[in-house]
This record gives sequence, structure tokens and C-alpha cells, in this order.
Amino acid sequence: MSITREEVAHLARLSRLALSADELDRFAGQLDVIIAAVARVQEVAADGIPPTTHAVPVTNVFREDIIVPPLGAGVVLDQAPAAEQGRFRVPRILAED
Amino acid sequence: MTETITAVPYDEAIARYEPLIGLETHVELGTITKMFCGCPAAFGAEPNAAVCPVCLGLPGSLPVTNRSAIEYTIRIGLALNCSIASWCRFARKNYFYPDMPKDYQISQYDEPLCTDGWLDIVVDGIDFRVGIERVHMEEDTGKSLHVGGATGRIHGADYSLVDYNRSGIPLVEVVTKPVPGTGTLAPVVARAYVTELREVLRALGVSDVRMEEGSLRCDVNTSLAPRGASQWGTRTETKNVNSLRSVERAVRSEIERQAAVLDAGGRVIQETRHFHEESGLTTSGRSKEEAQDYRYFPEPDLVPVAPAAEWVEQLRATLPELPSARRARLQAEWGLSDLDMTALGNAGALDLVADTVTAGATPADARKWWLGELSRHANESGTELAALAVTPAQVARIAAIVASGALNDTLARQVLEGVLAGQGSPDEIVAARGLAVVSDDATLLAAIDAAIAAHQDVAAKIRNGKAAAAGALVGAVMKATRGQADAARVRELILERLGQAYPLRDP
Repeated sequence: MSITREEVAHLARLSRLALSADELDRFAGQLDVIIAAVARVQEVAADGIPPTTHAVPVTNVFREDIIVPPLGAGVVLDQAPAAEQGRFRVPRILAED
Repeated sequence: MTETITAVPYDEAIARYEPLIGLETHVELGTITKMFCGCPAAFGAEPNAAVCPVCLGLPGSLPVTNRSAIEYTIRIGLALNCSIASWCRFARKNYFYPDMPKDYQISQYDEPLCTDGWLDIVVDGIDFRVGIERVHMEEDTGKSLHVGGATGRIHGADYSLVDYNRSGIPLVEVVTKPVPGTGTLAPVVARAYVTELREVLRALGVSDVRMEEGSLRCDVNTSLAPRGASQWGTRTETKNVNSLRSVERAVRSEIERQAAVLDAGGRVIQETRHFHEESGLTTSGRSKEEAQDYRYFPEPDLVPVAPAAEWVEQLRATLPELPSARRARLQAEWGLSDLDMTALGNAGALDLVADTVTAGATPADARKWWLGELSRHANESGTELAALAVTPAQVARIAAIVASGALNDTLARQVLEGVLAGQGSPDEIVAARGLAVVSDDATLLAAIDAAIAAHQDVAAKIRNGKAAAAGALVGAVMKATRGQADAARVRELILERLGQAYPLRDP
């Protein structure tokens, strides 16, 4: 198991991380070590062992369908970098097609 | 948007190609609160009034699953003949878009709650079993308003405004298996499937299933293969299909477009396409290649959902009579033909007639009012039958008054007009307008004698055996009694009066 520099670049793009060439090299090496360490788990994971999702084996944690009063638009928009017409204002999403 | 291809006429396309369709339907659940927080999920609040740290994706907030949303989803799965997973998890679907403030959507990926079911539909007397691949849960996104630019669309907008009220509302996605063998009926089958699914969801009471408000949204997959080919073609996914009619049109227009691409020796590209309501056409959206890498992984903030068999059986016991079973039962009870049932369904009158019958009317009377007078009203005012300002109970009451002999049809129509105009209940209108059939023969005879006196020529014809002429006198009497006489009784009395023994009838 090893991770290539191209795969790191791909992940960086999906994650919207601007990595320099140096960083790509460095992280590829570091990630490789991490993945190799995790891969060792697979050596001992037999068919009978279910995958662990949580440190504590808990299922079915639910909340009843009851309203908790929301914050309200005033409080929420006060924290926003920009707001307009009671809504969050965000920069242009897509360029002209 | 620079596609210049000329669509192939539908019949020609179908003659050469075999269509394969599949549908993904998103349903907003009608829970009181959101999927992972206690914010109200109702439609129509002021922008950003129904948000909290969880559905805004603020750091440090943690989701907790809404029990009702899980129960609704299991009930949907059961109604669609699915298996319910005994253990499943939520997953993070990672992508960046301002309407999703966490930068990931909590969804289900390889472990859906419900799998492998079916929904039966009938189209043109042919049975189709639409396989259900999966029913899974996810959360809805916020709503964006695009400002600036020429079209008000996202492309070329200067900036966008986001309302997160919808963010985190529980969504269920129902994914069909590919539906083969539909041939020329493919667009109609697609529509019939969504129609029936909507009926099932409505019967379950899990969603208000309003397509125009976006609580039920469809993505339609279409592919074509040359007839006799051993492999299916490449499919496209048409989004933004927000009415039943559009589902049908979207499949149709994709078949016509793809046939043209294939005819020209081209290759259909696997892509997302957008449906345009005005033109009925689809245009290319973004290609899926890059966008599909969502880096799904199990949601670490939520524990697995593991419905015990007893819980599932309890929920199964809450399932209502499903629409297909109900239709079959009503058809038998009412003694209707397939054609009559279809007409009721198409008119959107089935529930109204059923409720009217429940309120005491005969099936025949209930159908007569809803498909006759009330359908005419709905057509004239351009509304749905169900939106008319009259309840099934009121229609049943009017039918009961007619059945008692206190009103005739003419007067009953006047009462109905009054109800529709908001003047009160049928009984109030009858009382207020003094409407009643004149059943007192002495009063009728006085009016009849006056009519005979005024129309001596007509009376002479009747005396000479021409019973058909009685209509003119009946009309005169009805006019004199302001429609409040029983026309059949008036006719009898006229014929008797003029020496034509009852029960003389026109040939």
C-alpha cells in the first residue's frame, strides 16, 4: 500500500487545499506512513470481527420529534460576514457558462 | 447550451431503440422537526428563522437522529416491499456548496436502511412491477437565491443569498432498479410510477408530497439501446423534474434527443441534464466525472441505526391500507368498471367520492356530483376538485336532501352554488333562500291550470295524444314555481289534466 503524489494532489483539489509542490512531496511521504500503519489492522481483522464505528458499541441514539426553539434569524445573521434580505450573502458560486 | 442536434420524432426513436428508465425520488418527510436537530421543519417560515448550530454546521455542534424520521423511512420501506436493514450507518458525502454549511451532507451510502423492494403499477391495462433498489435517508440542503446576471440563474450571478431553513429537513431518497420492457410506454410508466409512489407516501402520511413546493422531487434516468442489442446504453440523469407531467415529458424528450445522437453515430455522454419546464427540453449540466468523488465515509458523529425486528413489526402493523388495495376494494364495492375507476383517478376525485360515500351518499350520487357539476366548476375556475370550497360531507348532505324529495336537482344545484360561494352549509342555504320542492298538488294544479290557459295551442296538441308537447307546459310551470316543483310530478299532473292517462310516456 502506498499513496502517490498524484493521489495527494487529487485529494487536495477535492478538499480545496492549495498545496505547494514541496508540500505534496512531504505529505505523500507522511500519508504513506499513516496508511501503512492503518493497513496493519487489516492483517489481524478476521472475517468474524465487525468493523468498529465507535469506541463504545452503542446503537439507536435517537431524539424525540419535539421542537427546540431555534436561534432566530437576527442572532444568526449578526454573526454572518455578510447578509442581505434576511439571508446569508455568499460569493459567486459558478462563473458564466 | 450549444447543442444543435435535431431530435428524432418519438415514434421513430422507439421503433429503432429500446429505452431503459430509472427514477430517483427525493421526499421531504413531514416530521415536526429536522433530521438531526430540533428546529421546526415546517415550510414557509421567514428566511433563517428555523436554524440552530447543528443545521448551520457550526463548530462543536453534534447531530442526534430524529426517531420519527427513522420510523417514517422504515414504514416507506415496508410499504414498498423492502427488506429493512438490521444494522446500518449514516455516511458523510463531502462536497463544497454554500447551501450546505457543513461542507458535507449526512446521507447513507453503502448501507441504506431499506433495500430490494417493488411497487406495482398499471399502465394502459398492462402491469409493470417497478423494482426498488433502495430507500435511504439524508438531509436536505438550504435554498439559494441568485442575484445579478442576466437570467437570475446560478450561471453568471454576481452573488447568492442563502436561507438555511430547509437545511437538515429529513429527506428520503427512493431509488428504482432500471425498469426494462416499457417500450413506447416508457414516459407514461415513469409518470405512473411517481404518481403511485406519491399516493403511497400520502396514504402513509409521511410527507405532504407537494411537487410544486419541492417536497417531492424527481431525477429521471434514461438510456437507449438499439433494438436487439445485448447491452444497455449510457444513461443520463435529468434533474429539476418537478411535476408529474414533467416526468413524462423529460423521459420523452431524452429519448428523442439520445436517438438523434445515436443516429448520427455519436455517443451519449453520462451526465446530469437539466429539464426546462417551458420548452420541455433538457440541457447539459456538469459532467459527472470529477463531481462524483464525494469521499464518502461513515459519519463519526452518529451511532449506527439497528432496528430490532419487533420494532419493525410494530411499524408494519401501523401501515394503512395501501392505495392499490384500496382502489380494488372501492371498485368492487361501488361496482365500477376499470374505465370508470380510471376516470375517477384522472379527475382527482377518488378520495372525494370515497369521503362523500363515507358521509352517507350513494356511490352513484357521489360520482354524479363530483364528476358532473363540481368538475365543471373546477374546470371553469381552473382549480383542482379538492380545492373547491365544498366538503364531501356537504356534497353528501345535498345528495341526502335530494334523496328525501325536499329538493330536486335544479334546486340542489342552486344550493351547491351557495355553498361554493361561501354562503353557509346546505341546510342554511335551503333555509335562507326558502328552497323546497313544491309537493302540494293543489298548488301545482293551480300553476298547471294557469299554464294551460296561457298555452291553449299546446294543450290542444296534448289532448290530441301528442304527449311530447308537454315539455313546454312543464317548463312554464317550473318557471312559475321558480324551479321549485318536481318536474316529473308536474308532467304527470299535466297529462292527467289533459286526459292523457298516467303513466303515458313519450315513445
